[in-house]
Amino acid sequence: MLFTSYEFWGFIACLFLLYYLIPRKYQWVMLLAASYIFYFLAHPTYLIYISVTTMTTFYAAMRIGQLLNVQKAHLEINKETFSKEEKQGYKSSVRKKQRKWFIACLLINFGILAFLKYTNFTIANINSLLSVLGTGERLTFMNVILPMGISFYTFQAMGYLIDVYQGKIKPEKSIFRFALFVSFFPQLVQGPISRFNDLSATLYEEHRFDFKEVSYGFQRILWGLFKKLVIADRILVAVNTIIKEPDEYNGVFVFVGMMFYAIQLYADFTGGIDITIGIAEVLGIRIKENFNAPFLAKNITDYWRRWHITMGTWFRDYLFYPLSVSGPILNLSRWSRRRLGDGLGRKIPVYLTTLIVWFATGLWHGSSWNFIAWGLTNGIVIIISQAFEPLYARFHNKFPVKGKPLYSAFEVIRTVLLMSAIRMFDCYRDVPLTFRMFGSMFTTGNFSALFDREVMKLGLSGADYIVLAAATVILIASGIRRKEGSMRDRLEKIPARRRYLMIYLLGVIILLFGAYGVGYDATQFIYNQF
Amino acid sequence: MKWVKVTLRIGVVSLVIASFFFLQRLVMPKYVNGIVEGSLIETYYEEEGNHDVIFVGDCEVYECFSPVALWEEYGIPSFIRGSAQQLIWQSYYLMEETLRYEKPEVFIFNVLAMKYNEPQKEAYNRLTLDGMRLSSAKIKSIKASMMEDENMIDYIIPLFRYHSRWSELSFDDFRYFFNKKKLFHNGYYMRVDVRPVTTFPQGKKLPDYSFGDNAWGYLEKMKKLCDNNDIDLMLIKAPAIYPYWYDEWDEQIREYADSNDLIYLNFLDLIEETGIDYNTDTYDTGLHMNLSGAEKLSRYLGPILREKYGVPDRRNDAELSRIWEDKTTFYYEMKAAQETELAGK
Repeated sequence: MLFTSYEFWGFIACLFLLYYLIPRKYQWVMLLAASYIFYFLAHPTYLIYISVTTMTTFYAAMRIGQLLNVQKAHLEINKETFSKEEKQGYKSSVRKKQRKWFIACLLINFGILAFLKYTNFTIANINSLLSVLGTGERLTFMNVILPMGISFYTFQAMGYLIDVYQGKIKPEKSIFRFALFVSFFPQLVQGPISRFNDLSATLYEEHRFDFKEVSYGFQRILWGLFKKLVIADRILVAVNTIIKEPDEYNGVFVFVGMMFYAIQLYADFTGGIDITIGIAEVLGIRIKENFNAPFLAKNITDYWRRWHITMGTWFRDYLFYPLSVSGPILNLSRWSRRRLGDGLGRKIPVYLTTLIVWFATGLWHGSSWNFIAWGLTNGIVIIISQAFEPLYARFHNKFPVKGKPLYSAFEVIRTVLLMSAIRMFDCYRDVPLTFRMFGSMFTTGNFSALFDREVMKLGLSGADYIVLAAATVILIASGIRRKEGSMRDRLEKIPARRRYLMIYLLGVIILLFGAYGVGYDATQFIYNQF
Repeated sequence: MKWVKVTLRIGVVSLVIASFFFLQRLVMPKYVNGIVEGSLIETYYEEEGNHDVIFVGDCEVYECFSPVALWEEYGIPSFIRGSAQQLIWQSYYLMEETLRYEKPEVFIFNVLAMKYNEPQKEAYNRLTLDGMRLSSAKIKSIKASMMEDENMIDYIIPLFRYHSRWSELSFDDFRYFFNKKKLFHNGYYMRVDVRPVTTFPQGKKLPDYSFGDNAWGYLEKMKKLCDNNDIDLMLIKAPAIYPYWYDEWDEQIREYADSNDLIYLNFLDLIEETGIDYNTDTYDTGLHMNLSGAEKLSRYLGPILREKYGVPDRRNDAELSRIWEDKTTFYYEMKAAQETELAGK
């Protein structure tokens, strides 16, 4: 079921009605049932994988929690008799047992993810290697189905496990409640990756029908549909035309494609998240925001604090920080400081950790060298910008332009261009082609094509361009005005008549200008494949 | 003042719903120029008085028989419920729907549609289905007609289908927003121009000449519907020379008609009897009849309807006569207008 399909909205309408009609204590049970039905309808076999993740994580977390309880009780009983060494020895033995459960669970779940997502990628690489070596041997590709949103729910479940292991949260006692946390269907499609503490605060609560909350959720859904249907799915046609014909559409078209893809990806992903958060709000559930006007970021680090926030923080908290204090990295730190001095020596381990994290982030996004190259490029650009920080500081000392509107605009545009350029790895079929097309922007002098009717051959009509331009302006303006508070809060302050008129007009715009139904190729959300 | 608030809210909601209807009406194709066939089905609902004979089928009925000729010469009130490439199940559900409004003496089905066993094209589906009023028959017809990538709701709420027409809206969409100009009478699409047949096509060899199970199933349903309602079913094949009508197909229909006591007239075999002249009676080299051809076929059909099915002469019915007088006037005015237009070319 696509978020933009009639079936999905029929499903939501039925769920909404039943949700507020049944006794409130059963609401979360209904959500669990709805989530499993949603997943079953997508593909019955998906249920096997999500159930395995749910059961293994639940059990491992429970065992880890039990061991901690046993430890506490044991230490309490032997408070008087245990020496400090005995206490530490006992704690360490419990920790060992906990670690066994922890690692076993991580291996099972990341193993499932790796097997389903990366087996054929690995086979393809082995085959390429065999071909280079000149052997006639080839491995056969496996017929595996990648369950919808597996990267999201696996990361969400593993985040929970790590939190339990680190003692940040207590394990959930009910497997059914935990199953709902893993499978909550609006975020199965494309995230965000929620933390147990954040989501559980409202997920299992009893919810009364609250007109304001439902209305807020509805507005958020409309806004998401506007982004997805009016912008993303419309501009997609032009993006596909450009990237599928790289020989024909080079030079300035690569630039056009790059910018169009940046708009498409933003509208598609944030639109999907708006719908997810909106649906949850309609049901009285709060999901963490995943974006904070990323196109207003002034540098790449700032950008990654604003884009796909829940993924960024997951990698930061569960990979970057643990890796930074891991034995091998600390050893490397000591070694590099000894050999290279305090300055560079201290930075080397950070840079290495950054590259590992970005390699993993790229791999998480997809099983192809394009994503790995995309991840590593992000990492390298971040490292370069960190390395040049003293230089920037000297520049800003000499030229106090920081904070000036014109310089801020320059920073924003620079970041948008940089991030859009890096995103080109998503578009073209392989890494060498991406580099070739990137180069063609500077070597092919076909700039004049923008001003003849060539752009009209990208599959969009003049009317489409007008709609796109107007919608993109609305999108950017709303992002800029977010500083003044959420759009819905601002809407709430204007007279009801005007407010409802605006919501109504948004509905009409989606109905009329949305790219949906027969005649339009209904597309999955881009982030759905992750 | 609670009731004022409630009334206001109901009013606003009604306004919003009405505005969506207006929007839908605006973006829906009006079919008043170009592909006018899309307007044929909806004309039935504007009808006054009952009909003794109802034709169902594709373009081979709405361009090959003249209801006015049948009325003028035999006093038989008839209506053609046909549209372009109307599939057999669409004809069946139109028959079912017709029975909600009236009970004719005879249903006449043109059998060319037997060649299609499954839905063909969304655009053709639309020509038939968009014109139908919402009913269980329409829902069933949509279900039977949908292509794989189609959705029922797109037919029930056509705004979802036609919203993309916002960029193609023309003056006609506003001009015919409330009222369309009258293009047809009794489902007949009049053409007075002539384009003679130059060559008679030969059918390409087919791997299999058997009609599909689905098509047979609906023919059987048509028969049952007629039997259950005490209505006669007549099968015909219009004298269009293309699409090619194979002897093997004809044989199957003939056998079915014989075994079910139905009359089957293949007008391709009755060229002499009907007086059809392919030099003067077709406007598109034999695919469809022009007015002259349609009148000839109607004149031939009238006595058969009278004798075989006992369809009475209703010209003595004052109310019906008044209704048909208007139709006849419109008919001759349209004929004159088309002839004038042709003469001016």
